[in-house]
Formats: sequence, structure tokens, C-alpha cells
Amino acid sequence: MLKIFVPKDKMPRWIGRIMDGARVFAPVKEGDGYRFRLVTRPDKLDFSYQNTRLSPKELVHPPAEAMFSYSLKKGDPKAGILEEIPKALGTRVVMGIRPCDAKAFQLVDVNFVTDQYMDPWWQRRRQNTVLVGLGCHEPCSTCFCTSVGSGPFDAGALDVLMTDLPEGYLLEAVTEAGRALLADAPEGAPASDTVLTEARFLAQQAEKALPRLFMLDPLREKAMTALFQEAFWEEVQFACINCGTCTFLCPTCWCFDIQDEVHQQEGVRLRLWDSCMFPLFTLHGSGHNPRNQKLQRVRQRFMHKFKYYVDKYGNGPACVGCGRCVQYCPVNIDIRRVAAMMTASCVCPT
Amino acid sequence: MKNPYLPYPVRIQEIITETQDRNLKTFKLVFLNPEDEAGFVYMPGQFAELSVAGQGEVPIGIASSPTEKGFLMFTVNRVGRVTTYLHNMKPGDVMGVRGPLGNWYPWEEMKGKNVVIIGGGFAFTTLRSSIVWMLDPAHRKDYGDITVVYGARNPGMLLYKDELVAWEQRDDITMHLTVDATDDPTWKYNVGFVPAVTKEKAPGAENAYAIVCGPPIMIKFTLPVLTDLGFPPERIITSLEMRMKCGIGMCGRCNIGTEYVCKDGPVFSMEKLATLPNEY
Ligand SMILES: Cc1cc2nc3c(=O)[nH]c(=O)nc-3n(C[C@H](O)[C@H](O)[C@H](O)COP(=O)(O)OP(=O)(O)OC[C@H]3O[C@@H](n4cnc5c(N)ncnc54)[C@H](O)[C@@H]3O)c2cc1C
Ligand code: SF4
Ligand code: SF4
Ligand code: FES
Repeated sequence: MLKIFVPKDKMPRWIGRIMDGARVFAPVKEGDGYRFRLVTRPDKLDFSYQNTRLSPKELVHPPAEAMFSYSLKKGDPKAGILEEIPKALGTRVVMGIRPCDAKAFQLVDVNFVTDQYMDPWWQRRRQNTVLVGLGCHEPCSTCFCTSVGSGPFDAGALDVLMTDLPEGYLLEAVTEAGRALLADAPEGAPASDTVLTEARFLAQQAEKALPRLFMLDPLREKAMTALFQEAFWEEVQFACINCGTCTFLCPTCWCFDIQDEVHQQEGVRLRLWDSCMFPLFTLHGSGHNPRNQKLQRVRQRFMHKFKYYVDKYGNGPACVGCGRCVQYCPVNIDIRRVAAMMTASCVCPT
Repeated sequence: MKNPYLPYPVRIQEIITETQDRNLKTFKLVFLNPEDEAGFVYMPGQFAELSVAGQGEVPIGIASSPTEKGFLMFTVNRVGRVTTYLHNMKPGDVMGVRGPLGNWYPWEEMKGKNVVIIGGGFAFTTLRSSIVWMLDPAHRKDYGDITVVYGARNPGMLLYKDELVAWEQRDDITMHLTVDATDDPTWKYNVGFVPAVTKEKAPGAENAYAIVCGPPIMIKFTLPVLTDLGFPPERIITSLEMRMKCGIGMCGRCNIGTEYVCKDGPVFSMEKLATLPNEY
């Protein structure tokens, strides 16, 4: 596939031409953190970030999305009948997404696009979104992508992989959509062997810097019910305050709620992010709640990521090692430690 | 592919108050568009999301049988926001139905077998669908003996009373109705809990499947009875309930282990349930 080198001072021109044909989303500094936002000025791109605080899942699966609208007016022949809200979902390019976050989209695809049903919003946004990823040469201390089957330069879920070199960027097409972005780029020149060697070296260094913390194989062998009954869940759940931060920040957590909202005579049916960490998530109308204890909810999150998903799809785990939940958990619950316990292959980092 | 979250518009044709305490009402719904009705192909054991604009959706078992054409029937217990609103709606009102959803009782596997149906309380809805379906001349010959044990707190809490009486009088189905207690002198059936009546009246397990639906406590005490009768776990079938939203295996809410109860269930064999965390 096509590989080009674009000097740093020419990057805004390349990005500017992409902006002519598509909406570009990129990390933008807000307060002391970064978040993916629509960017309209090519010179405003800032790739000096490590990762965004909120994962880019919101670009494909927004925290709140109006699905249907309806009228409740008396006498309106259409009253009470739901209609899909039309959405213009034009082509978008996400610039600077990290390989792990892109991989998360792939892991979640199997949930939203199945033989039987297809989630129209997820599917359309995925189809219209081109992912231009940025390899990580300085993984954070909380990153562990290589322990969960990915890596700092894993191009598997990207359309283009960018490598930040001192003089410019190496841009490597991974898919046809990616190739199209690079094919007509007078700003760049075919990547020289020196550039390629330099990039490979950086990638290897980054990979080496990441410790392998646990083995995944034991997950498949252990029975679901046995893992479920392990004594260590008591210790794991002890400090959790069920704030839901981990699930909201996580790129592979997709659970949502559906709610109706009415303003005077007009209503919408919304879907909203939800979290298995909240008791209401599973509360029956009768008052019965199969996960009314905190332990059950904490266990559900880890079991889903490292066991249920793995057994269901023969793939995974449903964690890409981005480290957000480790970094932002107010009580320092560390998924790396929990995964090591679950796999009984502890090389405990903490 | 059709948007799986969009309900079909339907009109309430009839509302029947089923129980003495007026907490259970049966809704007969007709499709506004005939092509939607043609697309709604279901089997007994499946459910649907009943949708009320401005209120939300609730998953409810389909109580009508696919052999009954021209309408869908649901029996709804009044519990919270949506079900209470539904109870206050009137014939002629427009609402929505999304489905059919989930799997169904193993009708193919049960062919040529005796079927024992054990129901308690208002969980009898999809069991009614099943009985009507099996008794239909097109299907009756596919199944052996049909035995039904159905219990409620008292006679006033039984669903579908007219039909129960009609089935009582047929010779191609054996009915064992029971109530926990009653002071009604006209009650001529059993008095006692479902597990006890099952123990006393249920036929042997040979060549038979048991379908058990009811409150958790009833299921808990009925299972050992069935095991004693010789039913192996793969021939004891039940339907699970979990809080639901999407009904299509996407929102994650009804997840138990590797299964989404809404899509991979709600019908499971006891053999399958033994492999899953018992979080329901
Ligand atoms: C497969 C299946 C079949 C069912 N069949 C029937 C039936 O035939 N008749 C009947 O009366 N009830 C049935 N239920 C239970 C029924 O869905 C709940 O009683 C109902 O959702 C309560 O909604 P609410 O808005 O009144 O309560 P609220 O407490 O206000 O609930 C808010 C929302 O939470 C969800 N929810 C709450 N409780 C449940 C629950 N127990 N199960 C699933 N979702 C829930 C619903 O989306 C509901 O709109 C069934 C449930 C399932 C899962
Ligand atoms: S962020 Fe930490 S405290 Fe909050 S719900 Fe997650 S594990 Fe519990
Ligand atoms: S579980 Fe934690 S480390 Fe894994 S993908 Fe989610 S936020 Fe990142
Ligand atoms: S109700 Fe959404 S996954 Fe089952």
C-alpha cells in the first residue's frame, strides 16, 4: 500500500484539502484534557497529546442521540406514531486517533452489526468515518495495549497510520479509503527507506517500553461459572463507589438506555449511554434486582470484558488497554491487576 | 435492513380486565398497516416491545397464538411507568409494537413428545399462546399428550378463565387448575401450590418436555419435583426475565454471561442455565 512522507510544515495543506471534502475531527485541548472535536482550521491541529480523556467512541455512538420523533397533538392523524429523525451523516475523517481506540470500534462492531439486526446509526457512522491514526511512541504509564493483543503501532483498525518523525510524518495507507487520502497529495513524496527504517525503529522502541502484564490464554480455559465464583471479587469491589467513570470513558463500553422525552406536544425517543455500574441498570419494575449488590456490578464489568465477550465471540478481550479506567478511577481500581487475577498469570504492576 | 428500533403503529381494539384485583389487563392490538402484519411472523414463546409515545417501551410476552389471525394479544401487569399508562389507555388509541423478539419454545424438538406445561400467576401469557397453538388442528397431531398445571393465588387471579373452562372440557388436553387458597364454594378444582400439584398430577417424564414459567419461588420448588419425576435438564424449559430496553441484543442490559436474554433467550433449557452465572 501507498506510503508517503509529508514534512511538518506541509501537513496543514494536506489536512486543509481533506477538510474541503469531509468534516475533520481531531483532539482539541479543553481545560487540562483533550477531546475529539470538529476542527475547521488545518493549522489548529495539535498532535502533542497523549490521549483524549473521553474516548472517541462518542463520534460513532454519541452520549445522547435522538432516534425518533413524534407528535402528541390531539387530532393529529400521526399522533403517537414514531418516525426516524433524518440525519445527514456525511464523510468524516478522524485525525490522530490512537490505534487502541480504533481497535475498540472493531471490537464493538460485532455487537451492532449482526446477521439478524443492524444498528443503523452505528453502521452508517462507521461506514462514513475514515480513521487516520497516530502511532504512540510515548505510551503512558497506564497503557497496556500489548497485553490485550494490540500495540502502539497496531494499524489493524485504521485506514491510515501516521508516524510522527522529527522532520515530518510518515503516512501509510492501510485500506482503500486510506489510500484515497494519500493518492493525490502533492505535499508528500514517496517514503524513502531511511524514513521507513526510522519509523520501524520508533515502533519497536515503543512496543518494548510496554510491559506484558498477563497472559490471555487461561481466560478461555476457565469455566465462566468458576471465574464468577472466585473469592477475589470481594477484594476487587471493596473500594468501588459505582461512579461509572470507568464505563463512560471506556472506548469498548457501549451499553445504552432508551428514554422518551416530551416538550409540550412534541416528543423524541432518545438513546443515552448507560452503565452496568448503576443499580438501576438491572432493576425490574417489581423491585427485584439481579445485580443489586456492588460486587455483582463490579464483577459484571470485568467478566464482560475478559470472559463473556471472549467466550461469546471467540475474540477479544473487550479491552484495548488504553488505560483510561486506570488513570481516572477515583479509588484506583486497576483493571491490569484484575485481569492478572482472572487469568491467574500475575505479573502485577501495582 | 429495517430499523430494528422502530415500532409498527397499532391500534388498541379491545381491553379486557383479567383479574379480580384489576391489575392485569389484556390488550388486543391491530396493525395500522397490513404489510406490517404480514411481516410480524412469530412463534409461541416470543415477546415484543410495546411502545407508547412519550412513555417508553416494555417487553411483554405475546399471548396470542400465530394461528389467531388479525390481531396480537398481550396481558400486562400494572407495575411502573409504562404499564400504568397502558392500563389507562382506551380502545381506539394508537401505540406501537416492535418485534417479534427473542427465541421460542423448542417446537421442532418437541415434535412427537408429550408436553407438560406448568405455569404460575401472570406468567401464563406465552403458555396460553403455546396451548392455543398446539391445540390448533394443524399442529395437534405433532405432539403427544398435553398436560397443563396452572396455579394462581385465588380463583379471581387466574387469566383467560373462559378458555380454561373450555380446555377443561376437551379430551385432547389434561388441565390441572389450582389456587393457593380459596373460600369460594363453587371452586371445583385443586387447592395447593403448583409444585405440590405437579408432584401429584404430572405424568411421567418419559418422552416428555416440561415448560415452566412463573414467579421465581414457584420455579425454585417445581424444579426438584420435575427432577424427581425423571425430567433431565435438557428437557426442562423456562423463560427468563431481565430488565430490557433494546430487545435486540445491543443495549447490553439483559446480559447474563455469554447470553443476551432478549436475543439468545428468553427461552432457555435448565441444561443451558447451569452453564451460566445465576444472576437473574
Ligand atoms: C421476555 C419478557 C416477557 C415479559 N412478559 C410480560 C408479560 O407477558 N406481562 C407482563 O405484565 N409483564 C411481562 N414482563 C415484565 C414487564 O416487561 C415489566 O413488568 C415492565 O417492563 C415494567 O415496566 P414499567 O414501565 O411499568 O416499570 P418501570 O419500573 O417504570 O420500568 C421502567 C423500564 O424498565 C424496564 N423494565 C422494568 N422492569 C422490567 C422487567 N421486569 N422486565 C423487563 N424490563 C423491565 C422497561 O423498559 C420499563 O419501561 C416481561 C418481561 C420480559 C423480559
Ligand atoms: S471508576 Fe472506579 S470507582 Fe468508579 S465505578 Fe469504575 S471502578 Fe468503581
Ligand atoms: S477497560 Fe479500561 S483500559 Fe480497557 S479499553 Fe476500557 S478504559 Fe481502556
Ligand atoms: S435488552 Fe438490550 S441487550 Fe437485551
